[in-house]
Formats: sequence, C-alpha cells, structure tokens
Amino acid sequence: MTLLFGIPIQALFGQLLLGLINGAFYAMLSLGLALIFGLLNIINFTHGAQYMMGAFVAWLVLGHAGLGYWAALLLAPLLVGALGILIERTMLSRLYKLDHLYGLLLTFGLALVIEGGFRQLYGISGAPYAVPEELQGGWNLGFMYLPIYRGWVVLASLFLCLGTWLLIEKTKLGSYLRAATENPQLVQAFGVNVPVLVTLTYGFGVALAAIAGVLAAPIYSVNPLMGSNIIIVVFAVVVIGGMGSILGAIVTGFMLGLLEGLTKVFYPEAASTVIFVVMAIVLMIKPQGLFGKGS
Amino acid sequence: MIIKRLLMSVAALALSTGLAHAQFSDGKVKIGVLTDLSGTYSDLAGQGNIVAAQMAAEDAGGKINGMPIEIVSADHQNKADIASAIARKWYENEGVDAIADLVTTAAARAVREISKEKGKIDLISGAASLPLTNDWCSPTGFHWTYDNFATGAGTAASVTKQGGSSWFFLTADYAFGHDLQAQSERAIKANGGEIKGGVRHPFPNADFSSFLLQAQASGAKIIGLANAGADTINAIKQAKEFGITKSQNLVGLLIFITDIHSLGLETAQGMMLTTGFYWDIDDQTRAFAKRFAAKMNGRMPSMIQAGVYSAVSHYLKSIQAAKTDEGVKVADKMRELPIKDFFAKNGKLRPNGRMVHDMYLAQVKTPAESKGPWDYYKILRTIPGDEAFQPLSENTCPLVKK
Repeated sequence: MTLLFGIPIQALFGQLLLGLINGAFYAMLSLGLALIFGLLNIINFTHGAQYMMGAFVAWLVLGHAGLGYWAALLLAPLLVGALGILIERTMLSRLYKLDHLYGLLLTFGLALVIEGGFRQLYGISGAPYAVPEELQGGWNLGFMYLPIYRGWVVLASLFLCLGTWLLIEKTKLGSYLRAATENPQLVQAFGVNVPVLVTLTYGFGVALAAIAGVLAAPIYSVNPLMGSNIIIVVFAVVVIGGMGSILGAIVTGFMLGLLEGLTKVFYPEAASTVIFVVMAIVLMIKPQGLFGKGS
Repeated sequence: MIIKRLLMSVAALALSTGLAHAQFSDGKVKIGVLTDLSGTYSDLAGQGNIVAAQMAAEDAGGKINGMPIEIVSADHQNKADIASAIARKWYENEGVDAIADLVTTAAARAVREISKEKGKIDLISGAASLPLTNDWCSPTGFHWTYDNFATGAGTAASVTKQGGSSWFFLTADYAFGHDLQAQSERAIKANGGEIKGGVRHPFPNADFSSFLLQAQASGAKIIGLANAGADTINAIKQAKEFGITKSQNLVGLLIFITDIHSLGLETAQGMMLTTGFYWDIDDQTRAFAKRFAAKMNGRMPSMIQAGVYSAVSHYLKSIQAAKTDEGVKVADKMRELPIKDFFAKNGKLRPNGRMVHDMYLAQVKTPAESKGPWDYYKILRTIPGDEAFQPLSENTCPLVKK
C-alpha cells in the first residue's frame, strides 16, 4: 500500500472526496451570502436560520402533505424565498441608508427569534429525514464507498454555483445587478427598477440557502440549531473569498472543505478551527480577501 | 461582668433563633431545577425535568408538615459560570433548599462545590461523569440516575462478552467524552477485548464521515461512540449512509430514548444500550409515563426526567421523616431510608452519594416489532445495581470508609 505522509493514499483520496462534499455545502451557502452582501450591503446573519427552515420545510411537507424530496426541493426555496422577500420589504429595506451594524443586528436578532420559535415547536434533538429512494445505496470506488446521495449533493451544488455565476456574469440581468452594486442611482436613472432588483436578489440568496437545507436534511438531522452550527464557518469562507465576490465564495467554499477534510485526518482536534486560522492569515496578508477587489 | 452576661444572653438568643431556623427555613421547602432549557440537552433534560419535579411535589401533597413545597427553575445554558451564579443567588437570597438535575458535568461540578460549601443538597440526574461520586463527592451531594461507569462500562462489557472483541472510539473532545471512553476501555480490557484506536472529534460536530472512514480503516469490529445527543445521532446516521454498519457494529455508550426518537427505528434498530429507566417496563412505569406525557405533548420521559422525579420525591420523604430541611440532617436521612418507587425498585444511597439501582441492558426494536411512537426498547437483561455501578473498593471518595 502506498503511503503519503504516513497515511495510505487510498484513505487520503477518500478524505479529499469527503472534503469536497462538505465544501459543496460551504460553497452553496457562501454563494447566497456573497450575493446578498454584494448588492444589499447587508451581512445576512439570518442565512443559517433560512438554511434550517429549508430543511424543516422538507420535513414538514413530508409529514403533513406526504410530499417527497423532489417536491420539497422545489417548494422549500419558493416558500422560504417568499418569506425572505417579506423580511426584505418590511424590515431590511429600511436599513440600507444606515451603518452595516444595523443590518447585522436585525438579521442576527431575526435568526435568534426564528431558531427559538422552531426550538419551542419541535424540540432540540431533531427529526429524521430519509434519503430519497432513487438515491439510496452507493458505489464502491475501490478506495472508499461513496453513497449516491453524497455524489448527488456535489453535482447539485456545482450546478447551482455554475448557474448562479453564469447568471451574474454573462446575462443582461446579471449586468444590471452588477451595475446596481456599483452605482444604484445611475442604474435607476436608466429606467431599471433597482428596489425590485434588490428584493429579488435577497429572495434568490435566501432560496439558495433553503435548497442547501433540503439537500442537507437526509445527511444531518433536521434540527433548529443546524444553521447556527454551520453559519459561522460559512462567514469565514466569505471573508476569505472576499466579501461580495461570487467566484471567491464558490472557489473558497470547495477549497476550505478540502482543507478541513485533510485536517480531520492529520489532526482531528483542530478540524473545527483550521478555517479560522486561514481566515486570520488571509486577513493579515490580503485584507480584502483572496478574490476581493479592494475598496 | 454585666457586659459578659449581656454577651452571653445575646449569644443564647442568636443560638435559639438559629435553632428555630434549622427546623424549616423561611416556612417553606423550595427546590430549584437547574437545567438546560435551550441547548443540546433540552429535550432529554430541560422542561421535562421541571414537570417531573412538579409531579413529585404534587404527589407529596404539595405540603410537608404544613410547609408548602415550591419548585423554581432556571436555564444554565450548559455553562458552569451561569450555573454557579444562579446557584449562589438561589441559596443566598431566595431560600432554595436543594438543586436538582444539573445536566452537563461542568455545571454539575460548579454547583456541587457551592452546595458543599453551604451545606445544601444537590440531586444530580443529568450529568454523567464518574468523578462526581469520587474525587468531587460531597456529604450533601447525590448522583441519581446513571453515570459513565453504568452506561459506558455496562454496555461495553456486555458487547465485548458477546464477541465484540476489538474497538475503535469516536470520542467527543471534552471532559465527559474522555471519561466515558476511559470507563468503557477498562471494561473492554477486563473482558479480554482489544482497543484498535480512536479519534477525538470537536464538540459539537456535524459531519462524521471522515472519522467514520478512519474507524472503518482500523478494522475494529465495534465502533464505540463516546459522545451524546446530536453528535451520536449524526454519527449513527452517517455510518449507515456510508455502508459501515454492514461490516462493523456501532455501539452508543450513552443513548437516550430521545436520541432513538430522533433517529427513527429504521436507522437505530438493533443497537444495544444501557439505560437507567424505560417507560414500558411495568404498570408503575407506564402509569408515570402516561401522566408525564399528558403534560409534555405526548413525549415519554427520558431516564434523566424519571430520575429527577425519583430524587425529588425521595428528598421530600426524607424531609418529612427528619422534620427539618437542614441540608446535612436531610442528607443523613436520605441515606438511611430505602428508595422504593417506579424508578428504583430497590434503590439505596451509598456514602459517596451514588444512588444504586437496577440498570437495564436494552436493544432497539425493529420497525416491525414496534407498535408505534416511543415503543422502542426490548429489555434484554436487568443489571443488578451492585454490578451496574462502580464497586466501592475502587472508589476514591474520602467519605467511603474502607
């Protein structure tokens, strides 16, 4: 058996693949976050709660309406996204002229209220959610057993990330969005309805979080705190990638997933901190983040 | 001379009022339930503990020798500093006589120190660490429901005897996890088993796939889970997902019925575990569980919640018998009286505060065997108390005379 740094090379492949899967979640969540920050200048601390709500929608529609995974994958982003739009219209939109801090306080407070509500209703230890029948089982890759569902998560995430990136960078709508980020007054003067654009962007970012939540439901237990556990890491990913950079969020998400996977092999105790160490180093050397443009 | 006489009478007066107080402080019996009402352990402890304590107070008639029983509660958020601040406030300003539950070792240890210093009673049900009845023991401190020796070593020994001869551990990287692994390892080695290795994972942790692959690579027959709550649930779910349960067996060293409820039987079936209580053992346990569930949206009591009822109820009986709520005297009476209720059929308190009662080795039912929600365990064996808990000969508590 070939060894690399004292670890069998097959085992290393396995760990890298697992890292990629975790990276897929980081990428999906940080993507929405970066999108919202880029256009709204709001650090959306509710993102974790919205991810959690996505998972709960999947569980609730299964229990109450008998609707399965695929329906949930469609319904969760619509429902949670609509709720996001409601939040943006009634609350967030009043804060754009104020300091970042107000947006942060509002979204953080909302996250606490939402999580508290779900905890009150459904308890803390979570609910089971089975892998859909079509995606059960796995492939034996020789160096590891890959559950089909995990493979699906990586593909779905790559598809979403690529789609969003193309939408922002290559379409006319995307160019409006980017222009509105640079200079909203000017874009408005050209007849583009910027407030609607902003609202829809927030709704879209939130919908991405909800999709990630549905994808996560069969892997992790559906519980009210699942979002707050992951959101801090995702924020670190956005900071490392560069606040507001779509490409940065995607690439950094996958890369940090890989890095975390490796840490779990070589020094598991540090697995929960390694991302923050990287964040500190990046902030020291390149404060605007790896893909940030600098202000 | 006059001054001396004056001083003496003042002292006598002080002494007599002190004695009067020693009977029943402030005219009522006040019990504080200090627990996790918002975090990871709020399902297996939490609100259910408050309900259990209130049921015990109701069953005692709500009064003892004419003194009303009052139950108060607070959330310690699993933090030692918050727990000790609340305990001090309760003891010093609010006339609390005893504190019950104390889930999480850190919180239990902090409150144990304060209770010992003030001569007040603690009735620990939720915390698991063995030192609570060893180096950290107290004349007024009790550990009721289970500990890492009873659940960890109990399960590990049974599994090793049945052929689970080699082990790999996934251990939560904090005091509780380390203690649980240590207790289990001793039992495995004592029964001729082998430890192939282990990995300490951060607490809390959502993704276990990487650690599970390492466990798989070790070739051990058994993967021992020295963690609790959401960590255990995630590890079990993901082991099934990665097909690990086909070649290796997973053993949870501390499993609560709420974990099984959350995992679902499809995933949890066949697992072995040791528990201090199961609601469906006999008519008495079923009667309690039915009353409890009626107040808790249909949720059945966990062993911690049932333990809180038993501890509070024994405490109240002992106050009645001792005719005082003064900590040290009540504690003596508690050790003297036998414990007989639906939870402990033949319980007794050791000098180190350990409540010794029968434990149960259980296996999780298959979906076909289960008749519905909460019908989860088959009891394989009743483990007699003296076998289930740490032998006194190994105990390091200074209160144990050898």
